[in-house]
Amino acid sequence: MAVSQLIGARVQRREDPRLITGHGRFIEDRLPVGLLHMAVVRSPHPHARILSIATEAAASAPGVRAVLVAKDFHAQLSGTMPVTPAFAPEKKYVPERFPIASDEVCFQGEPVAVVVADDRYLAADAAELVVVEYDPLPAVVDPEAAMVPGSPRAHVEGPDNIGWDMTFDGGDIEAAFARAEVTVSERIWQQRLAPTPMEPRGVLAEYSPYDERLTIWLSSQNPHFIRLFISGAMGIPESRVRVVAEDVGGGFGSKISPYPEDYLVPAAARILGRPVRWIETRTESVQTSYHGRGQVFTAEAAALRDGTLLGLRLTQVLDLGAYHGTFGAFQACACLMAGGVYRWAAVQGRTIGVLTNKVPTDPYRGAGRPEGTHLCERMVDRVAQEIGMDPAELRRKNFAREFPFSNNFGLVYDSGNYDGSLDKAMELVDYSGWRQRQAEGRQQGRLIGIGCSTWVEICGFGPSEATAGATGGIALVEAAQIRFLPSGSVAAYVGTHAQGQGHDTTFSQIVADTLGIPMEKVELRHGDTAEGPSFGYGTYGSRSLAVGGMALHKAAMVIRDKAQRLAGHMLEVSPDDLTFEQGTFSVKGDPSARKTIEEVALAAYGGKLPEGMEHGLEATSYFDPPNWVWPFGAHICVVEVDRETGAVQVHKYVAVDDCGNVINPMIVEGQLHGGIAQGISQALYEEVAYDQDSGLLLTGTMTDYLVPTMNEIPALTLDRTVTPSPTNPLGVKGIGEAGTIASSAAVINAISDALSPLGIHHVDMPASPDRLWKMIQEAES
Amino acid sequence: MIPAAFEYSRATSVADAVNQLRTAGPEAKVIAGGQSLLPMMRLRLAQPGHLVDLNGIPDLDYVRVKDGSVQIGAMTRHATLVRSELLRANLPLLAEVAKEVGDPQVRTRGTIGGVMAHADAAGDYPTVALMLDAEIVTDRRRIPARDFFQHLFTTALEPDELVVEVDFPVSTGAHRYLKFRRRVFDWAIVAVGVQRLGDGWRVGITHAGPTAVRAHAVEDALRSGATPAEAAERASDGLNPNSDVHASSEFRLHLAQVLTRRALEQAA
Ligand SMILES: Cc1cc2nc3c(=O)[nH]c(=O)nc-3n(C[C@H](O)[C@H](O)[C@H](O)COP(=O)(O)OP(=O)(O)OC[C@H]3O[C@@H](n4cnc5c(N)ncnc54)[C@H](O)[C@@H]3O)c2cc1C
Repeated sequence: MAVSQLIGARVQRREDPRLITGHGRFIEDRLPVGLLHMAVVRSPHPHARILSIATEAAASAPGVRAVLVAKDFHAQLSGTMPVTPAFAPEKKYVPERFPIASDEVCFQGEPVAVVVADDRYLAADAAELVVVEYDPLPAVVDPEAAMVPGSPRAHVEGPDNIGWDMTFDGGDIEAAFARAEVTVSERIWQQRLAPTPMEPRGVLAEYSPYDERLTIWLSSQNPHFIRLFISGAMGIPESRVRVVAEDVGGGFGSKISPYPEDYLVPAAARILGRPVRWIETRTESVQTSYHGRGQVFTAEAAALRDGTLLGLRLTQVLDLGAYHGTFGAFQACACLMAGGVYRWAAVQGRTIGVLTNKVPTDPYRGAGRPEGTHLCERMVDRVAQEIGMDPAELRRKNFAREFPFSNNFGLVYDSGNYDGSLDKAMELVDYSGWRQRQAEGRQQGRLIGIGCSTWVEICGFGPSEATAGATGGIALVEAAQIRFLPSGSVAAYVGTHAQGQGHDTTFSQIVADTLGIPMEKVELRHGDTAEGPSFGYGTYGSRSLAVGGMALHKAAMVIRDKAQRLAGHMLEVSPDDLTFEQGTFSVKGDPSARKTIEEVALAAYGGKLPEGMEHGLEATSYFDPPNWVWPFGAHICVVEVDRETGAVQVHKYVAVDDCGNVINPMIVEGQLHGGIAQGISQALYEEVAYDQDSGLLLTGTMTDYLVPTMNEIPALTLDRTVTPSPTNPLGVKGIGEAGTIASSAAVINAISDALSPLGIHHVDMPASPDRLWKMIQEAES
Repeated sequence: MIPAAFEYSRATSVADAVNQLRTAGPEAKVIAGGQSLLPMMRLRLAQPGHLVDLNGIPDLDYVRVKDGSVQIGAMTRHATLVRSELLRANLPLLAEVAKEVGDPQVRTRGTIGGVMAHADAAGDYPTVALMLDAEIVTDRRRIPARDFFQHLFTTALEPDELVVEVDFPVSTGAHRYLKFRRRVFDWAIVAVGVQRLGDGWRVGITHAGPTAVRAHAVEDALRSGATPAEAAERASDGLNPNSDVHASSEFRLHLAQVLTRRALEQAA
């Protein structure tokens, strides 16, 4: 039997053959008998009072089964949509949100009515016949303007637009600045981004009135939390609600929180007694799926002339949109991570969440950490430039080197080797060579720039103690269940849920290795709340392996221990006298006396168990991590800016990342490719733009919202260092968001470096040709 | 993203298509590659009540050279233009432009007749047609390019008139088309084409106004002996481009000049 070592092997993604041959199972693929289709009538205004809604014409259109408005849903749904405390627990104004508006609409795209019809075309046609009379109100567009007392309010009944306002103090910031020999300050813009997963959202619900059971098929990263929220709102016991997310075509954070349609579709299904489905259009996706980022930072850094960093003071103004995103306050962690990989005497971060008349913001790949990293890495470069020091050298001078390292806010970085990744990255990119080419290029007027981003992130959420408060009660741990069946195949259930991360492969590698069986014998199941452990916590925050993988490993160890006891009984030796290798228990000193784990599994369902041992071979385990995990790395980007057109060409991109021990290098590289592409894309292409006066969305199609393709993303040179996490048995850290967290800073640092001979110190995102051309024009005139 | 309901029929000849259009009335439209029409229908910006499909008409898909002109059938796809040896030998500029239209899907479906009839401000072929004095051949007449493109999405075509061919002069001299855009498959933010023809230069500019323009001022300056750099300064003469999320009006004017200079310098 050729099992050998699977953990660490470049195993091909076993989900791929199914997905790339068109056998994926997405919401649109499911066609229950009697299915009805829902279309949503949405507000065309960012802010308006609803005067009247006339539904008669739509209701009598062909094939229409129902036209429903807020009052119809009030009888079905209780309470309001959830807002968790997360990193900004002290909320000020939290507008209540019901899934469908009744009197006032507060963002363009907010639902006002739904039409349910026999097919999707009829539903869309009839939706156009719903006549809504609006009285437009002033739209609050710019979050900074919205903070000013007397600003128009995003909700007419609101006291003001302030969702939260908190300051995190990490040390004596005044004292740090008092010692400063240089200070630099900057204003850093984090544009709004639309997550644009390949599969837009979709909800299908079926309610069976006789036994009052509800099944929801949903494109979700987080099925168990959705079950919790929807069962509560609909007044159905959690045990009678089943949420199923089969294949999910990308989420990037946008499929964590509940959405209005997640409530409206099941409620409509209960009203009509028929299965109802809604599939998001691309237009709806860009307009109404929760956006990411949308923040503006002001920051000031203090340092000594020798490059010693002293203090960092920042304010994050976060554009909440019209309502708090369920997990939106998570993004305040940008403040807590703004110190990055460096030793600072003090860091102080103030976060202000501000309501505007736009779709809510919520976690998007990295959520707070890309923003914190971007800010930190920009400020460190600014200090280096100010004192005329090489930015890599300044970084080295200030790296944290002793681990565990407690940052200014008491967060404890588990392990790290920041010099190691930076050294390797500089060598791979040929740092000194590029510095020389840059100097030569400048003689000829060429604008070449080199940007470093030495990053660290916090991920792997849990631990329970820190997160129970953050979610409002439910601690983020993770659960797994393994069932070793009599004939030797193994079903493993996890509470995380992949959207492209390859869990089917990596998690099976862990189970197969731990139990000593071939991977093919492991069936990995996730995304169905009717299966496996009673709760699961979803996939986001790079938590699946470091928390969920550990739960799975733990359950596998429970099974192995039991199997060892049973094997000892079968071989009539003490379990301690057995070794376990490649799936076989052998008696020490007598290798011919042995039992395979499959033989033991069969015996576990048989007639001769040891005294006191229960039948079966299955285990459910929860893993509560003792700390977060802290991946890190160094990215270096080399760009050239076309002085005449502002076009940016990326000459080279090197990333040396460290996520501890690697289960599957190919999957790690895939995660990095996608993540880095998203960060480069934020730096150069994507932006959700609104008209500053009207508040109307300007980038509603994929011709205006610029998602790059492989043509726009440069070849990436990847490498790694390996610094295991001491906090989990496999020594792993997360890697799902790392690329995104690191890369926008590397690109923008490189562009800023390229433009520095012109006296330009900072470039905002996206660094579009038009933006750069204007800056160059101004600098040259 | 869900189009409104429409009737559909397939035409078997040009005459049949014209007939069907007349019978179906003003709500009817023809569909060629569908690469501009379908997106507009999905956004419900266009809601034709009837589509007459041109894809079943034989003999509208060709590249021919005759009497000093390159004749291209209206249903010839971008991808065909990219691959055509005949085009590369007789009008290499157009073959190069075709290679940079949209993405592979768009090039496989989209047609030259559709580009002309649609008259998007950022369409690439109208610029080439205009600068080379091409003629648009319809089912009933020949229309010089300079009279054909009237305004954004507006041409000289009657509602029931079909483009059947586009005729360009054989042009084998030095040429270059520079298309400035953010992603390779995007429409031009601005593009500039230059072609050496006879003893002069032809220069055209894409997306610096509601229609393509021919840069007469640049052509004249070159004729009077100006260097490419000097002549290129005239590229923005008389232009009044839009601002949008991709570029401001001033940036488009600037790009018109920079791209003109570079195209002239790089023309081969
Ligand atoms: C992502 C994307 C990127 C693109 N990028 C570019 C680009 O960079 N440059 C560029 O030039 N184009 C670009 N296009 C447009 C593409 O070239 C289209 O193919 C073209 O504009 C229309 O041609 P079609 O055959 O698809 O016409 P259709 O979409 O079928 O029709 C367009 C219009 O023309 C009419 N029509 C079509 N054929 C005829 C005819 N023979 N006679 C009369 N009327 C007719 C139709 O009724 C309709 O009103 C892009 C399209 C997409 C989707």
